[in-house]
Amino acid sequence: MNNTDMQIYRPADQIKEAFKKGKAFIPFVTCGDPDLETTKAVVRSMAANGADLIELGIPFSDPTAEGPVIQAANLRALIGGVTTDKIFDMVKELRRTVTIPMVFMTYANVVFSYGARRFISACAQIGINGLILPDLPFEEKGEFSGLCREYGVALISLIAPTSENRISMIAKEAEGFLYIVSSLGVTGVRSKINTDVASMVKLVKQTTSVPCAVGFGISTPEQARKMAEISDGAIVGSAIVKLIAEYGTEAAGPVGRYVRKMKNALSLDPA
Amino acid sequence: MPQSNGRFGSHGGQYIPETLMNAVIELEVAYEHYKNDPEFNRELTELFNEYAGRPSRLYHAQKMTRDLGGAKIYLKREDLNHTGSHKINNVLGQALLAKKMGKTRLIAETGAGQHGVATATAAALFGMECVVFMGEEDTVRQALNVYRMRLLGAEVIPVKTGTATLKDAVSEAMREWTGRISDTHYCLGSVMGPHPFPTIVRDFQAVISREVKQQMLEKEGRLPDTVIACVGGGSNAMGSFYHFIEDEEVELIGCEAAGRGIDTFETAATIATGKPGIFHGMKSYFCQDEYGQIAPVYSISAGLDYPGIGPEHAWLHDTGRARYVPVSDEEAVNAFEYLSRTEGIIPAIESAHAVAYAMKTAPQCSKDKIIVITISGRGDKDCAAIARYRGEDIHE
Repeated sequence: MNNTDMQIYRPADQIKEAFKKGKAFIPFVTCGDPDLETTKAVVRSMAANGADLIELGIPFSDPTAEGPVIQAANLRALIGGVTTDKIFDMVKELRRTVTIPMVFMTYANVVFSYGARRFISACAQIGINGLILPDLPFEEKGEFSGLCREYGVALISLIAPTSENRISMIAKEAEGFLYIVSSLGVTGVRSKINTDVASMVKLVKQTTSVPCAVGFGISTPEQARKMAEISDGAIVGSAIVKLIAEYGTEAAGPVGRYVRKMKNALSLDPA
Repeated sequence: MPQSNGRFGSHGGQYIPETLMNAVIELEVAYEHYKNDPEFNRELTELFNEYAGRPSRLYHAQKMTRDLGGAKIYLKREDLNHTGSHKINNVLGQALLAKKMGKTRLIAETGAGQHGVATATAAALFGMECVVFMGEEDTVRQALNVYRMRLLGAEVIPVKTGTATLKDAVSEAMREWTGRISDTHYCLGSVMGPHPFPTIVRDFQAVISREVKQQMLEKEGRLPDTVIACVGGGSNAMGSFYHFIEDEEVELIGCEAAGRGIDTFETAATIATGKPGIFHGMKSYFCQDEYGQIAPVYSISAGLDYPGIGPEHAWLHDTGRARYVPVSDEEAVNAFEYLSRTEGIIPAIESAHAVAYAMKTAPQCSKDKIIVITISGRGDKDCAAIARYRGEDIHE
C-alpha cells in the first residue's frame, strides 16, 4: 500500500469490522418512524445491545420491495415529516456516540432525485459506510457504483433465490457485504424459510471473500441462528419495525432487549 | 427502437429487485424469439381479427368536422374492439406469449378497469388463472368493471395502500410477481415498467398506427397532419404514434390529464409538472416532491391517474418528436358530452382528453388539414361517474 492510499479514509472498509465479532447481527430501522427522536434512541439502544451493523431505512412513498409492515413504517415516517436532509442531520448527531458501521437502505429515486453525487458524498461526510438500493440490480448499478467508489461508500448488492446463474457475476463485484435474500417476495416475517440458502452462500464463497448476511423473513432467535450458521450474519427488519409500531416513542427499550436476545442467539457455540 | 438494456435516450432501463431479474430476462428472450416466429404472428393476427374484431374503423367524423369548422377529423375507433378498448391488443399478445412460455397464471394491475377486463378476458379464453390488482378508490369509481372481471373468472384484489389508485395497483402487482414467478406472467398494461415491457406493449399496440396509415392512404391518399391520443402510461398513444415517428411531417400530440389544473396539486400531467426519476422499474418523468417522494396525483379519469409516463414518450418529449399537452377534467367532461351528442359516440373519459384538445386545435386549422384522434375506449363505464360530476346521483 502506498502513502496516498493510507491517507484515504474509506467508510466502506469499516464494514468488515461488523463481521469480526462472531456472526453479525444486523437490525433495520425506518428513520423517522414515528419520529427522528425515537429513531435516535432506537439506534443507540441497538448499538449498546450488540448490533454489529445497522441498516437505516430512508422512507420512500412507494416501497415496492417491502411487505405491509415496512410499508406502513414508511408511511408513518413520511406523514411525520421526515426528509432526506433531516435524516442526514440525525446521522451526524448519532455519529458522536455510535461507532459501529451504518448503511442506508432506500430506493433508487431517493438517491437519484437528491442528485447521486450530492447524496453519496454526503453519506461519506456524515459517516455512512454503505448503501443498499433494492431496486438497483447489477445491470443498472453503474450509474451509482462509480460515485460510491469515488467517495468510498460500499454499494451493497443483493442475491435472490432466483439469481442462479447470476450469482458469481454479482459476487465478483460485491462490496461491503452481500445481502442474501432468503425468500421470494417482499420483506416480512415468515414462519418458515424454504430456500436452500446454504447453496447460495456456497456459490458466493467460491467467488468472493466479501461476507454474506441473510435477510427477509427472519424474526426468531432460532431462525437467525440457523441462517447465521450457514452464512456470516442475519438481517432483521420487519420484526423490529413491528416492535416500533407497537411501542411507538417508547420503543428503544423493547428493541434493545430484542437485539440483545438475537445477538446472544448468534453468539452461542454451534450445538 | 430501444438501445441496449431497453433505453430510450436516458429513459427506460430495468430498476427492479434482483428477484425479478431472471424473469424479465426470460421474458425478453422469449419475446425476441416469438416476435419473428411466423406461427406466433399467424395466431396473433387471427386473434386480433376473429376475436377482437380488428382492424378497427377509421371513421370520418363529418358532423364534428363541420361543427368545429376547421381540420377534417377522423376517429380511430379502438372503442369498437372486443372488451371496449385498445387494451385487448396488448393483452392478446402477452397472453399468447405467456402461454408459449408455459405460464398458467396472469396477474395485472388496472386503473379504469379496461386492462383488467381485457386480461380477465384473455385468461378466460386461454384457460389461465387470473388475478387483477385494482386501487380500492378505483373499484368504487369503476364498480361495473369489477363485476365484469369477476364474471370473466378473475379474482379482483382491492389495493388499499398509498393513494389506492393505479400506481398502488402497479406496486402491488410487482410485489405479487416477486413472490410467485415460475407459473406467473405479469401482464403489464402500458408502455411502462422495466425493459422489455415498454417495447413489448408498444409493439403489440403498434397495430393502431399500422392500420391508421393504411386506412388513411386508402381514404385520402396521404398521411394525416396530426395524430392526437391521450396519455397515462401511454400505450394507446405509443401505438397510435409508432408507425408515424419516421414521418416527420406528421405532428404527434399526447394529451395528459391535468385534473383540476397543472397549477394545482390535483393533477396527473407528468410532462407538464414532473421531473426525471426512477420508479416502477424505469427511468422517466414522474410527479414527485423535491426528495423524490412520488406525488399523490389526481384525475377524474382512473386510467390516466398515474404519476409517470412510459420511457419512450419521455424520449419523444426530449427529442421534440412528440408534444404533450395538459387537458383538465372540465375540458375532458365537456368533450365526453360533445362527442356523444355530435357523433353518437360515447368515448371513454380517458379518450375524451384527446377529443378535448382536438376541439381546441381543429377550429384554428385550415380545412385541408387532417387530424386523427384515437378513441382508445368506449365510455359506458364512465357514465355514472360523469353524471355524478355533473351533480346527478346515478347508481350503477
